[in-house]
Amino acid sequence: MSKGSDIFLQNVSKVVVFIVLAFALYLFFTGHSSPGGGFIAGLMSAGALLLLALAYDIETVRKVVPVDFKLVTAAGLLIALCTGSGALFFGEPFLKHAFGYFDLPLLGKTELHTALIFDLGVYLAVVGVTMTILLTIGEDN
Amino acid sequence: MNNWVAAPLLIPLFTAVLLIFLHNKLALQRWISLLSALLNAGVSVILMIQVRSNGIQTLNMSGWAPPYGIVLVADMFAVLLVLSAAIVSACCFWYSFRGIDEERERHYFYSLVHFMLAGVNGSFLTGDLFNLFVCFELMLMSSYALIVLGGTKRQFRETLHYILINVLSSTLFVASVAYLYGAVGTLNLAHLSQRIGELGPSGPITVVSALLLVVFSVKAGLFLFFWLPGSYGAPPAAISALFGALLTKVGMYALIRAFTLVFYHETTVIHTLIGIMGVATILLGGFGAVSQTNVNRILGYNVIASIGFISLALAVSNEDALKGAVFYLVHDMIVKALLFLLAGILVAETGTERINRMGGVLTHSPLLAWMFFIASLAVVGIPPLSGFPGKLLIVQGSLESGQYVLAAAGVLLTLLLLYSLIKIFILGFWGKPRRPREMKWKQPRKLLLSSAPLMLLIVLLGVFAEPVMPYMQRAADILTDPSIYIQAVLKE
Amino acid sequence: MEVVVAIIVGVLFAVGIYLILTQDLLRIVLGTSLLTHAVHLLLMAMAMLKTGDAPLLGRDAEKFVDPLPQALILTSIVINFGVTAFFLVLSYRAYQKLETTDMDRMRSESSRHRGKKGGRRS
Repeated sequence: MSKGSDIFLQNVSKVVVFIVLAFALYLFFTGHSSPGGGFIAGLMSAGALLLLALAYDIETVRKVVPVDFKLVTAAGLLIALCTGSGALFFGEPFLKHAFGYFDLPLLGKTELHTALIFDLGVYLAVVGVTMTILLTIGEDN
Repeated sequence: MNNWVAAPLLIPLFTAVLLIFLHNKLALQRWISLLSALLNAGVSVILMIQVRSNGIQTLNMSGWAPPYGIVLVADMFAVLLVLSAAIVSACCFWYSFRGIDEERERHYFYSLVHFMLAGVNGSFLTGDLFNLFVCFELMLMSSYALIVLGGTKRQFRETLHYILINVLSSTLFVASVAYLYGAVGTLNLAHLSQRIGELGPSGPITVVSALLLVVFSVKAGLFLFFWLPGSYGAPPAAISALFGALLTKVGMYALIRAFTLVFYHETTVIHTLIGIMGVATILLGGFGAVSQTNVNRILGYNVIASIGFISLALAVSNEDALKGAVFYLVHDMIVKALLFLLAGILVAETGTERINRMGGVLTHSPLLAWMFFIASLAVVGIPPLSGFPGKLLIVQGSLESGQYVLAAAGVLLTLLLLYSLIKIFILGFWGKPRRPREMKWKQPRKLLLSSAPLMLLIVLLGVFAEPVMPYMQRAADILTDPSIYIQAVLKE
Repeated sequence: MEVVVAIIVGVLFAVGIYLILTQDLLRIVLGTSLLTHAVHLLLMAMAMLKTGDAPLLGRDAEKFVDPLPQALILTSIVINFGVTAFFLVLSYRAYQKLETTDMDRMRSESSRHRGKKGGRRS
């Protein structure tokens, strides 16, 4: 894939990537009681990055998201594990989640879950794994 | 509810994730790995004490009651295996300080092993069929990566076969889960057992259990073992040792669990089939071991033959045989790890895997030779060592049930294994010393120290079999009387 | 409806097994992927294809669907995603290393490696 292969794709993807990422964000938060969640949001975000890689090249993706995706995976797993084990310190069974209602500025009364933090871990792990795979295959052409 | 039950799962998982962040700090990785394995052993001892004094410990994950949520169950059988796995992994970590090259260590070797251990422990402790599948997959995914780590041509070929076989058997696993859920409407092992008991024996259930038998047999290497010798020989010794000690035993554990806890109501078809498969595995594995000249392949076939032997106990399913099976499983984990580690040192000393190109190792490293000899005797089951009590109990159990063919196969196995291992000893250790072409590591003999604990353990387990026996008895009680398990899980 | 799904599962199984029995590595990977899809459909069909509301508290519906099979399928899809991805990467690497995606040629190379005759024309 040579750099600047398709000007049309490049210009469209500049906009579409953000739409996809925004939709991923929506899926992530709506996941608690509707279709969505960390896994699918992660795949969506990875899809957005893949689109970037297709329109430009792998190097661009590296520049846009300058992180080691293996570490992203590890961070995601760590967050998920810690959330799950947090219950151990309160004498609750492993993976038990907690929730409460909080008054947040702008949003008003909101229900907050520890399950959301767990999902954040899942999200990061999925993005990390998918991007690691894509970069591994795409790296050497 | 007891959160300790989740600890053998959580400790390796946390360690694995932590080690990804530290993948460039080799010394730190090594020590953290070893400490984590020892911590796991300590936790398993605590669990074992709890199980001994308070009976079966359960944990309803995230607080959902058993038939609905996923439950972790620590009974004596599971805890004994978790403890042995922790000890074996600790020794393998110690061995890999020197025995694994830095390239592999940098490429997440320790993390992968910890992920695999989490899968292994999870498979031992879970009380839910689908969760068992998930833990299997966790274990297998890490094992795929471990086999291919290093990336030689041989490793690629073997890994492709290994993955394909395991993906197929996993697919069948999900299919049998689907059928079982359709037929019975639950996946909790205790609840499954109860429901199947209420429904009574029926054709569909037998078919599903046959499907599960195929799935677990592929994982355990019972009869469907064609993939095993090649793929266990491809990676370096520390990894082969972990595989030989843990992976097939997990399959065997699943077999024993499934056919003593869930599908025990109707024994004519499946248990006969297991007996036939066991005898066939013993013969094929035993003769395979005798006919090979490659050290790792001989050991691979040894692993297969022992699996066949343990399955004899399952075919008989009486108290003595199952007690023997528990004992033999623990012994087999330790001794197979020991043999693979020693074979790794032998290969490093001589520079070849083929025994007809070795010779005279006895003269320049007598300690290795004698350790290998004692380990071989333990495999064969010579009295003061740990192979004896288990073997005796299984053969005795088959005689009690009048299964003379099975008992004879068990005795024949002893002869075949003795021959295959003594062949390594005669060709490799006796004879004219040949200088190795090149030494892989500077001092392979220092590696012997790391296998010493395993050595000590097989001697102790044999000599002090009497005090250990009550634990095996506790494990066998649950296997012979599933209602103990069912009540412990569903009552809470 | 169950009958239709059963037929689809059968077709998927047949195609998957056919692909796995071919010699090309990429086809084998696709075959395993199809097989797992077949199994997921099977899992869904075995738990009965019912229509109903999501099983959440406070929903006022006559019928609810069983959430467990869906949870199982989702888990299985995630696992399958990981395994297939790994298998693909590995096949690609194996192709780079062994310079073939043909299972037979890999094998003949390995038997030549052992000093026997290759058997097949290369």
